[in-house]
Amino acid sequence: MTPRLEEVWVYLSATPLLGLTLTLLAYHAAFRIYQRAGFHPIANPVLLAVTMLASVLLLTGTPYQTYFDGAQFVHFLLGPATVALAIPLYAQWPRLKAMAAPLAIALVAGSLTAALSAWSIGALLGASRESLMSLAPKSVTTPIAMAVAERLGGLPSLTAVLVISTGILGAIGARYLYRWLHISDPAVRGFAIGLASHGIGTARAFQTGEQAGAFAALAMGLNGLVTALSLPWIMPWVERLLGR
Amino acid sequence: MIAALTLLLVFQLIGEVIARALALPIPGPVIGMALLFLTLLVRGGPGEDLRQTAGTLLQHLSLLFVPAGTGIVLYGDRLANEWLPLLVALVASTALAIIVTAVVLQALTRRRTSSKGAQQ
Repeated sequence: MTPRLEEVWVYLSATPLLGLTLTLLAYHAAFRIYQRAGFHPIANPVLLAVTMLASVLLLTGTPYQTYFDGAQFVHFLLGPATVALAIPLYAQWPRLKAMAAPLAIALVAGSLTAALSAWSIGALLGASRESLMSLAPKSVTTPIAMAVAERLGGLPSLTAVLVISTGILGAIGARYLYRWLHISDPAVRGFAIGLASHGIGTARAFQTGEQAGAFAALAMGLNGLVTALSLPWIMPWVERLLGR
Repeated sequence: MIAALTLLLVFQLIGEVIARALALPIPGPVIGMALLFLTLLVRGGPGEDLRQTAGTLLQHLSLLFVPAGTGIVLYGDRLANEWLPLLVALVASTALAIIVTAVVLQALTRRRTSSKGAQQ
């Protein structure tokens, strides 16, 4: 590199501008591809954007923290966006209220299935305890999952990665599962994807329609609540009964 | 836009304060969402400004997960050692959670609609 270019690089690697701009550019490109693919679930924009950014970081040897110093401005918006989910929830309130009892039962069944199946499959295949405790809360939204994993003795930042992978998997796979199970009610579709795949599943549900999106948002919020309240009590008990 | 964004941040702030003051395991934004929802129920719906701002934020919800997802670069070693149990556990349990939730909800709502139909 010529001295001039080096100077430019020193500037760019120290400012949050680069990480922020790269995040938006990668997402913009990923969303274009998603659009071109006719919103096909396999062209998931989170998966595409993360792949692009991770490749750039690994190829240039940029530490994640340097990148995140810029990208945190986008990350911060998760907070207000979570609050904003109250608006679609309100819009679907009459239908939600009418389905309250079935929703509550499906919520408990799905929430326990998500945590216990992740733990037991991981344990059967020999994952470490830290990884298992990071896996258990993987179906709920990132901030709740990280807090729960920390309580259980998992690694919060590994949990964030597992949570996002779960979200992408659910957003990609749900359509095929619903087709196989002959489920067409957007309320049922939305609720199941929001419960299993939190915000990324909810984002996918909103792309298929407002009703599915609102039910996904409700399931995401409720599963976060149930998981945060139940896992810290259930998991030590599960470990004692089923652990090696 | 600015008024709506301020409102969302105020609700998040109240949520964070409540979560910390009462040492709740629930994150502040989720409490903020619940409080805003209750406020909307009491006051009768969001205004046009709030509806539009929320729509814009939620339309690109996926973007907001990109920075945390890129954190995968930190876990090269662990993923190299444990990729199989982690991958199988993620794929299978995500599918199971979707199937169980959807089937239970479908069965319960269908029974209810059909028993309602029988009464009529």
